[in-house]
Amino acid sequence: MNALPRAIDLGVIGCPVCGLVCRTLPGDAQLDGDGVDDDMACPRCHSYLRRRKTNSYARTWALLIAGFLLYIPANVLPIMRTASIGDIDDNTIISGVVELWVKGSPDLAVIVFTASILVPMLKFLALGTLLISSQRGSDWARPQRAKLYRLVEFIGYWSMLDVFVVALLTALVRFSVLSRVEPLPGVIFFGLTVVLTMLASISFDPRLIWDGRNTDD
Amino acid sequence: MAFPNHPARRLNTCSSDALLVCENCDTVYRRRPLERGEVASCARCGAELDRHRALTVNALLALILTAMIVFVQANVWPIFTLGLNGQFNATTLWGMIVTMWQQDAQVVSVLAAATLFFFPMAKMLVMGWLLWFARAGRRAPGFAPLMVALHRIGPWTMSEVFVLGALVAIVKAHQFFEVIADPGIYAYGALTLLITIFSGVDMRQLWEQTPESAT
Repeated sequence: MNALPRAIDLGVIGCPVCGLVCRTLPGDAQLDGDGVDDDMACPRCHSYLRRRKTNSYARTWALLIAGFLLYIPANVLPIMRTASIGDIDDNTIISGVVELWVKGSPDLAVIVFTASILVPMLKFLALGTLLISSQRGSDWARPQRAKLYRLVEFIGYWSMLDVFVVALLTALVRFSVLSRVEPLPGVIFFGLTVVLTMLASISFDPRLIWDGRNTDD
Repeated sequence: MAFPNHPARRLNTCSSDALLVCENCDTVYRRRPLERGEVASCARCGAELDRHRALTVNALLALILTAMIVFVQANVWPIFTLGLNGQFNATTLWGMIVTMWQQDAQVVSVLAAATLFFFPMAKMLVMGWLLWFARAGRRAPGFAPLMVALHRIGPWTMSEVFVLGALVAIVKAHQFFEVIADPGIYAYGALTLLITIFSGVDMRQLWEQTPESAT
């Protein structure tokens, strides 16, 4: 036993919701999180107790792939239409960033670029890397991968930025024929992408990073 | 939220004061009291385990009440106004949600209503309710399910993202329209500040601070 014992080896389990620590039997089939007979409850808050999140790999992969599929129309389709007399202008996420860079303020363009393009891409790459490396039981760069997961969890919801920008402009730019803004399907796909990638990062169990062949430090 | 029907079997509770398990890597630690400003992080994965609780229950309750007042203001007052040739348009949060629904973007409308109104509101009401009873050292009616609900709502409140979105929208609109900032945007600014304070608060402390018997 090394200096940093893990709950799974000690025969204890921490409740993911309230943090209570309980004694268990090592290898208890009701706690393995495979979705079969997992009916152990935390004595304090009555949430399910599991050693690992249920079907973490399958669920995270499914949500991540679904999110990625919706991310394609989110970028290809325009997210917003600006209509004024005799002029209709459809904006995609990227053209919105370019426009902000050229006409408005480059610093905000950087923020929108980060929130709408960089963060989703980073999420796909990061979660994909975490999934593959953990499934292979790799012990490569474990502390860095743990850090990467916390980063993904923290930045995830900032991608919603562009959705709120479109919603606000739609509500405000309503000057009959002179000038109007309408939402286009791209923004719906983008909103769904953000939700799916957030769900994906929630279903990934970071403990799997440390579960590989040799957990000794 | 489904709760397992079976009461816990074969599970013995350790003293919750004694042990702590890192949620990010499953490493077990012995708890120790933290000094002011101290944060305990996991020696294996670096995640935060525990931090000193600088705010008392009373202070938290005061902050929640402040946040509720500011939240009402942020929702009732218009956020900002656009002007074009003497014509002016203002919107509130709900104006925006309704417009998106009418413009065939119902998905966006529901997302905005949930993450900017219903979840933040539920979070504040639940926290206020739990803290009100915790002041007297008691567990509020429905304590356990509400604590679980609070945990689940966690990542789905996005008011601070909305504030940044409003700023981006102002800059974008500024090229073509006259922009007038309304009180709502200031209320949102204050709300973001309060949310930042709350992000460092772990409501789980209430499990330990209130006795089990006083449910």
